[in-house]
Amino acid sequence: MAFQKHLQVNAIKNGTVIDHIPAESLFNVILILGLDKISNQITFGTNLESGRYGKKAIIKVADKFFEKDEINKISLIAPHAKLNIIRNYAVSEKKTVEIPDEIVGIVKCFNPKCITNHEEIISHFEVKNKQEVALKCKYCEKIMTRKELII
Amino acid sequence: MKNKSLVSINDYSKEEILHVLNISKDFENNKNQPLLSDKIIASLFFEPSTRTRLSFDTAINRLGARVVGFTDSASTSTVKGESLKDTIKMVSNYSDLIVMRHPLEGSARYAAEQSDVPIINAGDGANQHPTQTLLDLYSIQKTQGTLENLTIFLIGDLKYGRTVHSLLMAMSHFNPTFFFVAPEEMRMPKEYRLFLEQKGIEYFEQTKMENLEKGDILYMTRVQKERFSDLLEFERVKNSYIIKNAMLENTKETMRILHPLPRVNEIDVDVDTNPKAYYFKQAENGVYVRMGIIAAILGIK
Ligand SMILES: [Zn+2]
Repeated sequence: MAFQKHLQVNAIKNGTVIDHIPAESLFNVILILGLDKISNQITFGTNLESGRYGKKAIIKVADKFFEKDEINKISLIAPHAKLNIIRNYAVSEKKTVEIPDEIVGIVKCFNPKCITNHEEIISHFEVKNKQEVALKCKYCEKIMTRKELII
Repeated sequence: MKNKSLVSINDYSKEEILHVLNISKDFENNKNQPLLSDKIIASLFFEPSTRTRLSFDTAINRLGARVVGFTDSASTSTVKGESLKDTIKMVSNYSDLIVMRHPLEGSARYAAEQSDVPIINAGDGANQHPTQTLLDLYSIQKTQGTLENLTIFLIGDLKYGRTVHSLLMAMSHFNPTFFFVAPEEMRMPKEYRLFLEQKGIEYFEQTKMENLEKGDILYMTRVQKERFSDLLEFERVKNSYIIKNAMLENTKETMRILHPLPRVNEIDVDVDTNPKAYYFKQAENGVYVRMGIIAAILGIK
């Protein structure tokens, strides 16, 4: 896997590298983490070769260290994302993302007759199954699976 | 359960269900108990449902409370674009309890979050209708003398029928045996079958109207054309889930037929005079059960 040895985007001194994001999820990851609204230096690359998951994307955020709850928000769309915490140009810690027990906001309920799609209501789901991703809407009680997710 | 909203039947424990059924029995025996003459109950019907509304209005009036509200959102400010949240916030300032029917699913849960007074869900789209379930339980208990260890047939559309799903969940407290009778396309969904397996509750699935002699309760539902993706399949099965008098010959003497009403053709009119037909009485029980629910939530009983 020679390509992994190369720096695919510029190195950062301190911050977080989020690797193994499915390329098609890159912009949603940026939105969910609110990276479009912060002033930190951010570099990203996309459509990079990845051995396991097809095309991947990578995001490097300088001087940013994510809280667990914050980073777990991307677990639905980037379940295999890997975080490298960089301190002084070296990887000081590695983290993976985990699907939380409850998902608040982020996902829209797939049921067009759900009240959350008709009024300004923050969506709220209970995660019934983490492997297959089954989310039960707190309001309409319908269960949606990964292929029905709308971010 | 005092001051607790009733959004879904799953909000009530076994004890709470039995408590409501007990109070309801008391109301059936003594129909006029104006215990709530100092209360105002809001009845908000964002979609018309004459049957349910009349049942609630009768219950409220028999309890001596006053009722305010509307019977159809076409005549209210919601057509001017007022949000459900704002309507509920306003009404909960005026009333002690809100009965709400709304076409959107999840509206009752949301209303309960926004309201300062308890909400009774009188139907939120295709989602929940817990007062129907409680009156079903009341009817089963009354006709069988118990809710425990009964054999319940659920017949017809078991896939989309919310009443059968809620009834299944509620009956699961009482060690039942279920027979599911439905066409392949309308089978009981997997999540409910898994739930029963986890609870160790026995169930049988069949596509034909057979084994009826085993049943204590036959619970009928409508098989609706619009639910079928394959219309040929609908034509093939539409007359397979109809109950006729002749089919009741070998059934138990104590067996009773329930139906949430209105029916289309799934119960032949020749059954109506059979003593095993209970669906009209079932509807009447709705008034006593709604009195029971209101009294329990307002903490009177
Ligand atoms: Zn929903």
